[in-house]
Amino acid sequence: MSLDAAMPRATAPAILPGSGGVRGALSDIFWRRPQLLLLLMLLPPVLWLGIVYIGSLVALLLQSFFSIDEFSGLINRQFTLKTYGDLLQAANLDIILRTVTMAALVTLASAVIAFPIAYYAARYARGRWKALFYLGVMLPLWSSYLVKIYAWKLILAKEGILTWLLAKLHLLWLLDAWLSLPIVGGNSLSVSSTGTFIVFVYVWLPFMILPVQAALERVPGNLVEASSDLGASPGQTFRNVLFPLALPGIVAGSIFTFSLTLGDYIIPQIIGTSRLFIGQAVYSQQGTAGNIPLAAAFTVVPIVIMGFYLWGAKRMGAFDAL
Amino acid sequence: MTSAVSFQKVSRHFGSVRAVDAVDLDIVPGEFFAMLGPSGSGKTTCLRLIAGFEQPTAGSISIFGERAEGVPPYRRNVNTVFQDYALFPHLNVLDNVAYGLMVKGVGRPERQKAAEEALALVRLPDYGARRPGQLSGGQRQRVALARALVNQPKVLLLDEPLGALDLKLRENMQEELKSLQKALGITFVFVTHDQGEALSMADRVAVFNDGKIMQIGTPEDIYQRPKTRFVADFVGSSNVLPPDFVQRYAGQHRWGSLRPESIRISRANGEGVAARLVSTNYLGATTRLALDAEGLRLHAIVPAGAALPREGEAVVLTFNREHLHLMDELG
Repeated sequence: MSLDAAMPRATAPAILPGSGGVRGALSDIFWRRPQLLLLLMLLPPVLWLGIVYIGSLVALLLQSFFSIDEFSGLINRQFTLKTYGDLLQAANLDIILRTVTMAALVTLASAVIAFPIAYYAARYARGRWKALFYLGVMLPLWSSYLVKIYAWKLILAKEGILTWLLAKLHLLWLLDAWLSLPIVGGNSLSVSSTGTFIVFVYVWLPFMILPVQAALERVPGNLVEASSDLGASPGQTFRNVLFPLALPGIVAGSIFTFSLTLGDYIIPQIIGTSRLFIGQAVYSQQGTAGNIPLAAAFTVVPIVIMGFYLWGAKRMGAFDAL
Repeated sequence: MTSAVSFQKVSRHFGSVRAVDAVDLDIVPGEFFAMLGPSGSGKTTCLRLIAGFEQPTAGSISIFGERAEGVPPYRRNVNTVFQDYALFPHLNVLDNVAYGLMVKGVGRPERQKAAEEALALVRLPDYGARRPGQLSGGQRQRVALARALVNQPKVLLLDEPLGALDLKLRENMQEELKSLQKALGITFVFVTHDQGEALSMADRVAVFNDGKIMQIGTPEDIYQRPKTRFVADFVGSSNVLPPDFVQRYAGQHRWGSLRPESIRISRANGEGVAARLVSTNYLGATTRLALDAEGLRLHAIVPAGAALPREGEAVVLTFNREHLHLMDELG
């Protein structure tokens, strides 16, 4: 009876009137045609990605098929493979090899360092510790990229804290021995490939930790128990259960670390040797040298490498557990 | 004879929570042992202590005479069927079943043959190539069972394995588990909160409450001769009678229990306990009656089709004195 008083059921219509106005009409139209709403929502980003992003990539790709006139320095807008011929010169191949090797090593090191951190965060960290984990991983991303790199330059310099610490520990001979090695060595860490590697790993590590942590978070804890119950030692459980199930996350993270290292031109310029990386080559070719076609051809290299990388990862079943 | 599993004063405390509190337990080799209790009563923690996922805070555990404290799960010849099966999603059914043999280093042809035999045993032949995601709940349950049995464990632990199945499937699996256990002769330890399941399948039942074992006995013991009010109440809705009531009919000042099917109902003119019918619940084969006897709520079960009084009517309850069971608890 009290219900009837609050809502006079007898007089209420079976179909309620619309809320009226343009908004009401729009709501009804979108409800009847959900595809229309989807189209309207997707149109701006598709236009942005399609025209501004993919379009400029295609333009870039086309540029790489032009060539430069070596006498006048003007771009000859006729399709030719001459620029790719230039790209395959020994000096340029050296740049590509150096960059790919560095990207592969940075990716591998990031994965090895990220896994235990991600595992701890996914399995053990709760409440305040989890918040601290996210803060710890994200905080470096909030500060300026250049500030971080210059900070590392000071840390790695001959007068820096790392050398000081090793001297206090009487381990300076170890650093000197490492720096005297070819390729990885140099006058100090801040002007060696080792220094470049350390800073790359530091800067890209969060991009590996977060996807691996997300993948591990989706692995139910009782799978680890089940594996142990069936007689698998912790090492066997890692190889047969945890690693395969975390692999999509590791591959996702490696796409970040690998492609970001392939394209970066600031870190190797500030920390490391004078030998060029792909990003620096692109920068100098399109800037001081004014050789846009060769810069474009250099840019195509990481795209092709990433294509092969993803294809290989898919072939190896990295995405099967998705 | 050594026990399959033996607990001596085993406790497992989580901070101030006493999940398992000074439990003594002896499981006979080859028996079907059920741990029955409400959620949070410590039965699952006991199972995890046997599996090795938990370590006791105090007391000692031995499995077939060998001390098990500090021994990791992967070194115990004990296997578990998990509540939600815990099948590996990235492996097919055959590789799931063969997993235990694989990590022990058994060659591929041998372990696949053993896995196929185990799948045939749980009546899932030809399912080896499928992924766990493609199976129904009942099929996953069987795969989990095959995955444990293929290792020929000394003790098989089952953690509410039938909880997620629907009634019909559950009844089938109960029969199958029982006959499988008889055929294999492996000690089964089965955790459940369903008293019907425990009574129908187990050789012996331990009733848990608050981290302690209230009573261990055959299903008949537990059902007919509960020792405490908790057991009488938890195992099959027995009527728990207060000491004053029992004093009047059995001459002893103790708590008593009376099974609902032991109560007979007649019209309100004979000798017996005066009561009033509160409500009737039709259950198919039987009808369950709620009665109010001198302020005490009692339940009776009568066969379907019997002539029933109307709700609210006064009735007289009679029962055979022998059916009134006296519990250990005094008033």
